[in-house]
Amino acid sequence: MRYAAQRLAQAIPVFFATTFLIYTMVFALPGDPILALAGDKPVPAQVLAVMRARYHLDDPLLVQYGRYMLGVFQGDLGETFTGQPVSELLQDRWAVTAQLALTAWVFELVVGIGLGVLAGLRRGGAADTAVLAGTTFVIAVPVFVVGYTAQIVLGLNLGLFPTAGTEEGWPGSYLLPGMVLGSFGLAYVARLTRTSLVENLRADYVRTATAKGLSRRRVVGLHALRNSLIPVVTYLGVDFGNLMAGAVVTEGIFNLPGIGQQVFQSIQLQEGPVVVGVVTLLVMIFILANLAVDLLYGVLDPRIRRARA
Amino acid sequence: MLARDAWLELRGRVVFWFSTVVLLVAVAMAAFPGLFARLGPNEACDLRMSKHGPASGALFGYDLQGCDYWSQVVHGTRASIVVGVSVTVFAMVISIVLGLVGGYYGGIADALISRLTDVFFGIPFVLGATVVLVAFPDHGIWAMTLVLVLLGWTTMTRLMRGQVIAVKDMDFVAAARMLGASDRRLMVRHILPNSVAPVIVVAMLNVGNVIAGEATLDYLGVGLQYPDVSWGLQLNIAQTFFAEHPHLLVFPALFLTATVLSFLMLGDVVRDALDPRLR
Repeated sequence: MRYAAQRLAQAIPVFFATTFLIYTMVFALPGDPILALAGDKPVPAQVLAVMRARYHLDDPLLVQYGRYMLGVFQGDLGETFTGQPVSELLQDRWAVTAQLALTAWVFELVVGIGLGVLAGLRRGGAADTAVLAGTTFVIAVPVFVVGYTAQIVLGLNLGLFPTAGTEEGWPGSYLLPGMVLGSFGLAYVARLTRTSLVENLRADYVRTATAKGLSRRRVVGLHALRNSLIPVVTYLGVDFGNLMAGAVVTEGIFNLPGIGQQVFQSIQLQEGPVVVGVVTLLVMIFILANLAVDLLYGVLDPRIRRARA
Repeated sequence: MLARDAWLELRGRVVFWFSTVVLLVAVAMAAFPGLFARLGPNEACDLRMSKHGPASGALFGYDLQGCDYWSQVVHGTRASIVVGVSVTVFAMVISIVLGLVGGYYGGIADALISRLTDVFFGIPFVLGATVVLVAFPDHGIWAMTLVLVLLGWTTMTRLMRGQVIAVKDMDFVAAARMLGASDRRLMVRHILPNSVAPVIVVAMLNVGNVIAGEATLDYLGVGLQYPDVSWGLQLNIAQTFFAEHPHLLVFPALFLTATVLSFLMLGDVVRDALDPRLR
């Protein structure tokens, strides 16, 4: 319990520092958003003053940030400079990105751990070599290259998957983008599982279990695998935040109307409030996932809990 | 001793030689593109040849502007290699200094450095880089380097700090301290050489990741801009034509992948050679 409190006490300042940093970066963007809103037309000084007061643009940055965070905790992400609430703008888009990230995540978890176990059990064998070579290759190819290749070959030429949009809903429209988004993490999970399993299979407790006469199945499944998955769980937890944030590229290629696409447009249109809203929420997810993993880590491995507390 | 063992191990690995050769070619292309390419960057382009596929006289075909694709792709090497290597070197220097200071002194300095690392670790890469790069539209290759360093020093710093903490209580450090060595001497002469190996391995893997990251930003259109030439930019410009003209996708992607792959494989075999546990 003390360990949990300690971790929480560390996470809170990090959360505020990170979001403040993002807030500062976004609102340090050159160019006046109110003037940008008016386009080429001159803006009367009075209108400008009223608008600046309405969006509190003349307050010190720290005060603006404080006011903004108060709103965020009440579920209010502010509004765009055209008066639309940011939360409304993002409502439908969150669902798209969450489905995409979740598909990718499940793909990483199931296929990644499966391949890792396959390779780790027969170290040096054909399956092991294939998995190692395949995963190195997948890690090396940038996601957008994987995306276009998969879209053209699997979607367009072979017609196995829809190539763009969300018309077929989940899972149809999300399978291919999910696999593309999850490919990097999948390779990583497979390698991590393999290394960890290989190390654990050599541990004394595994030899003891084998010596006691337990079947190979029980030794691997009950003893070795459970311990091997600790680092994998850590990675999978942290990676969920990465997947949400990394979805921008995949959403672009497969034309999925998610938050990634929205935030990318908003950055280029200097829609500060949208950018800050999305990135703040992403950072929150990221830090919460990290925290959850750390706490889970303590549960899975009592040594960590005792060592750190 | 360790270095000698590692070399003996490396010498016998095919993967090591393969990736070294690929990287040497890539570095040569980056340094002297004229040796490989017939034409200069964006030179002698003919719009009538736009998007034409490979043919005699143009091994890789032509790009959107009708420039010889082989020459363009060769010239794209420099951006990737320069950014990949310089980002990694700067990030490594930062992480070695911060890791040494935090790990060695502990206390407030360590707490501050660790929290700062957490803060930067929490910024999503693509979004964070995009925000900064859009704020400063006239950026060249060095601004890209700065942004990638800013978002990329955290992992190595954490690793270095952990290593320093593990090494600083060892007997040889205590012995040197008792002989009157100063803090700085302890850090530089005794702790650093014994803790830096894993950081160097991660740095090698990191070059590959940085190159992929830089290409991603170029591809998204927020990185380097025309008239700069880079693989990511080539893929950005051609992205709507991939289905009909696959050569526009294949060649820059091939070079990009081969380079990244070589750095990753090199890092992998060096790690295996330095870590006898996995043998």
